[in-house]
Amino acid sequence: MINILEVNETNKMIEQEKLDVRTITLGISLLDCCDADLDALNRNIYDKITRLAKDLVSTGREIELEYGIPIVNKRISVTPIALVVGRACRSPEDFVTVAETLDRAARDTGVNFIGGYSAIVSKGMTPTDEALIRSIPAALASTERVCSSVNIGSTKTGINMDAVKLMGAIVRETAEATKEKNSLGCAKLVVFCNAPDDNPFMAGAFHGISEADAVVNVGVSGPGVIKHALEGVRGANFEVLCETVKRTAFKVTRAGQLVAQEASERLGIPFGIVDLSLAPTPSVGDSVAGILEEMGLESAGAPGTTAALALLNDQVKKGGIMASSFVGGLSGAFIPVSEDQGMIDAVNRGALTLEKLEAMTCVCSVGLDMIAIPGDTPASTISGIIADEAAIGMINNKTTAVRLIPVIGKDVGDDVEFGGLLGHAPVQQVNGFGCADFINRGGRIPAPIHSFKN
Amino acid sequence: MSKTIITVVGKDTVGIIAKICTYLAGNQVNVEDISQTIVQGYFNMMMIVDTSRSPKPYAGMVTELDELGDEIGVRIRCQREDIFTKMHRI
Repeated sequence: MINILEVNETNKMIEQEKLDVRTITLGISLLDCCDADLDALNRNIYDKITRLAKDLVSTGREIELEYGIPIVNKRISVTPIALVVGRACRSPEDFVTVAETLDRAARDTGVNFIGGYSAIVSKGMTPTDEALIRSIPAALASTERVCSSVNIGSTKTGINMDAVKLMGAIVRETAEATKEKNSLGCAKLVVFCNAPDDNPFMAGAFHGISEADAVVNVGVSGPGVIKHALEGVRGANFEVLCETVKRTAFKVTRAGQLVAQEASERLGIPFGIVDLSLAPTPSVGDSVAGILEEMGLESAGAPGTTAALALLNDQVKKGGIMASSFVGGLSGAFIPVSEDQGMIDAVNRGALTLEKLEAMTCVCSVGLDMIAIPGDTPASTISGIIADEAAIGMINNKTTAVRLIPVIGKDVGDDVEFGGLLGHAPVQQVNGFGCADFINRGGRIPAPIHSFKN
Repeated sequence: MSKTIITVVGKDTVGIIAKICTYLAGNQVNVEDISQTIVQGYFNMMMIVDTSRSPKPYAGMVTELDELGDEIGVRIRCQREDIFTKMHRI
């Protein structure tokens, strides 16, 4: 039988160490919504989302109340829209109406984000893919809750450099289109390599074509809990350190698995995966950088940071994998700068540069995430950064992503507020040497030799 | 149906258990186990209860116990047992 010490430990994690379930994300296939008529398409999309997700928020609140664990976000991911619109969209304005439909469905079901205004163009772009990508700036400027992502490469296909070039320009255009809000549109736009089909975390969530009609995915959190556990083993060797992370990750993930199963049962929608990610928030004590510093680094970004992050990521997976029947999504540690107060502090004290962050992305779950860069950064430079991240993902057989925010009108040293969970970020220095001739070559980078496993 | 864990933490005062048990009895909730400690004047109690015969919706009970805690001056949490067993038992 459970004892008072265990009960107190769990409640302390929740109340003092900010343990929460970061998101219940309902994945919905829109493939059966296709119609050649735009109005019918929009109607089908709205009806399906609002029908399946009508109880999502209330069910989340019910579980939260009954188990006493906060569920911070309830969200929806849908089939990449480029696969759904078919012949219904003929102009950029047509595409934007679909984004607006998603926005309306999100608002009416009470979720804060809906992901899937996306295209998968790892090897090539169809005319529809390209048209959707070109409509992203207008779509993100005219909606509030819609998130967009584009997958521009994979280990199996190589990197679509035409798409990389295009995305550099699209990120800039999105920044311009939302410049009144500190270029906030870019915080809702992710460029991926090896994007997973079942990621529950925004802004990169979409419901991939390998998925069922509807599925419940859950993303856990818990940097504060891991940090607190490590405070108890200061000075101990790496074996003890790793064991402590692993044990704590197990407990955090079990809470996520429980919530996922409950949500699935109550909604009558199959359970998909638990994403074992350590997702920070801007609030103090909920920081991945804080964990790295607790391990013995003077500041995140100091020599040793990549090793510390690698062991953290690996131990979180080892602890989490046994706690959940299905693990998926991104699963690892997130290092978004603006959403992690410890990372913000590290940048401000000059300890954490863009290049060090890039190195860190080789060993953690995502990529260059929520980083504000000067508003005058050229599109080709953004494409160069995207290509670098995609190369890391492609060669290492892992997901990488880029969510950069070139904040129009801001420069290095300025601080930019995005609000809420998106936090605030200092504008970081970008390497000023050009790469336009490289990006302008066009075409594809072939798949790496180790992808040929058949 | 799984059991429910009620935890009470706060400054010790007369009648904490009495008030909580009165509420539970009034709502057909059976108390199966109580463990309690007082550390430096702070009251720390855990009850294992069975709510399966209670006509009250679960969410209503969570809210009312929270309000009762405010009245007494302690923090009362009412949670399904699974959150603890899943976390601490394989």
